[in-house]
Amino acid sequence: MSAVAARPSTAPLWPMLSRQTYAEFIKLIRVPAFSVTSIVLPSMFYAFIGLGSAKEPLFPGAQVTFGQYFLASMALYGVANVMVLGFGISLANERGQKQDLLMKSTPLPAPVYFAAKALSALAVAFIAIVVLSIFASIAGGVQLGASQWLTLFGRAMLCSIPFIGLGFALGYLAGPNSAPAVTNLIYLPTAFASGLFFPLQLLPRFLQDIAPYLPLYRAAHLVWNSVGVPENDLSADWLYMAGYGVGFFLLALWAYRRDQGKKFN
Amino acid sequence: MGGPAVELSGASKRYGDVLAVDDVSLTINPGELVAMLGPNGAGKTTSIHLMLGMRNPTSGKARLFGLDPKDLKARSRIGVMLQESGVPGMLRVEELVGLFCSYYPHPLPATQAIAMAGLGEKAKTLVKDLSGGQHQRLYLALALCGDPEVLFLDEPTVGMDVEGRRRFIQEIGDLGARGRTIVLTTHYLEEADQLARRVIVIDRGHVIADSSPAQIKARVAGKRVTFTTPQPADEHLLAGLPLSSLQVEDHRVRLLTNEPEAVLRELFRRGLEMRDLEVAGADLEEAFVAMTRHEVSA
Repeated sequence: MSAVAARPSTAPLWPMLSRQTYAEFIKLIRVPAFSVTSIVLPSMFYAFIGLGSAKEPLFPGAQVTFGQYFLASMALYGVANVMVLGFGISLANERGQKQDLLMKSTPLPAPVYFAAKALSALAVAFIAIVVLSIFASIAGGVQLGASQWLTLFGRAMLCSIPFIGLGFALGYLAGPNSAPAVTNLIYLPTAFASGLFFPLQLLPRFLQDIAPYLPLYRAAHLVWNSVGVPENDLSADWLYMAGYGVGFFLLALWAYRRDQGKKFN
Repeated sequence: MGGPAVELSGASKRYGDVLAVDDVSLTINPGELVAMLGPNGAGKTTSIHLMLGMRNPTSGKARLFGLDPKDLKARSRIGVMLQESGVPGMLRVEELVGLFCSYYPHPLPATQAIAMAGLGEKAKTLVKDLSGGQHQRLYLALALCGDPEVLFLDEPTVGMDVEGRRRFIQEIGDLGARGRTIVLTTHYLEEADQLARRVIVIDRGHVIADSSPAQIKARVAGKRVTFTTPQPADEHLLAGLPLSSLQVEDHRVRLLTNEPEAVLRELFRRGLEMRDLEVAGADLEEAFVAMTRHEVSA
């Protein structure tokens, strides 16, 4: 009898989280439309735009080459792309197929489910920058010091976190059919306006005025700096990223609650 | 132990203007095999969702093992098959079942749950490549994998062919025979009859009957009498007869009765002119629907 009383009444959380993360990861990877675009697209942009002038200085007299600048840009583009599109569209699709219905009836705690989604997206994002880095090193001859590589990876991954919140919010706000269009409509122009594809100085004046308020522009400062672009004041950029992070996660929480209220109240 | 497995007390659920479940009280004890029966839209699914804590009652309350149904301790002791719920298509059957096993404190081995659901040969198939009937079997495997004390099955045989449905129902019956509490919703009377020792009939949010299948059948069994009349039928001529349902459309009269001989004798005595007279065994399905209609208008 005492053996019966000692039986745990809920499942342990860590094995649940690791299995759920693995499942989320293979779910993402097995959809070629997602895995190929997330992992290959940054390298493809690098081939089209970065390779031609990889060895040239970013601007006359600069220490930083265009190749290094564009590596940092595409690393950021890649990780944020995984978060916004991967997270956003996969959540919207799962809602569209009512996958949340059955999950809701199981003893899987919602935070474990979302942590697994975030961890699996971070893993895909990591793979995307590894592939990009190898491509840029070999095909573009980009060279960075060990500490620069570390800083680039660290900052790119860190900067992806606010975009998890954004992807999460989009996943609950957009319908399954409109999610890809809506996210692309927001994400691509923002990436462009933040100077990820061409340095801001080359962009129209009004975009230069908007850019400082965009999260990708702030994140871009951080990753460009990690490959050697001099920046005076990074603290403002970190602050902006933290603010965007809090803002996006609050938006996500609101969108999630709204959705749950509709379905499960 | 002890105490009911499932309890609704004075539970109501309102969606906007629609009262989907209206003041339902019922108790399901461990080991019972209960069928909730009723036409589409009767409130069966909403009742199940209240029991599972997936919907909050507008008034009244729901309990699972005496706990709030949202409590993960309660959820860890049940298995659920829901209507129209989706599962990730890009996982293999064994991966998905294995994943669900990790949600429960004392799961069955994934292979055993898959075998019990009759999906052994499809263990390595991607979920998206399963047929409709195989999908239902996958949902059963997912419901079973936590080795639940109570199984909730909401219209589990939807999308199955007749043979698949018969086998499935037999397997559910075997699970019940081994002591699991099973709560099943269906609109097929024959399924409830085959399986359950207790049938709860729900119509328009109300429990209108709660007894053994035999007693329920006694209420709906009967003969269907149809005929046409030369003039539009006068309802007065049909009043006061031992009927369980009556439909009059201009010249055409359809009625259900347990005493067809007495009804016909009385109709002849009243001088009602009948043409195309037919007396047939009532289709159970139809008789049942007629009964639920009758109960509400009464």
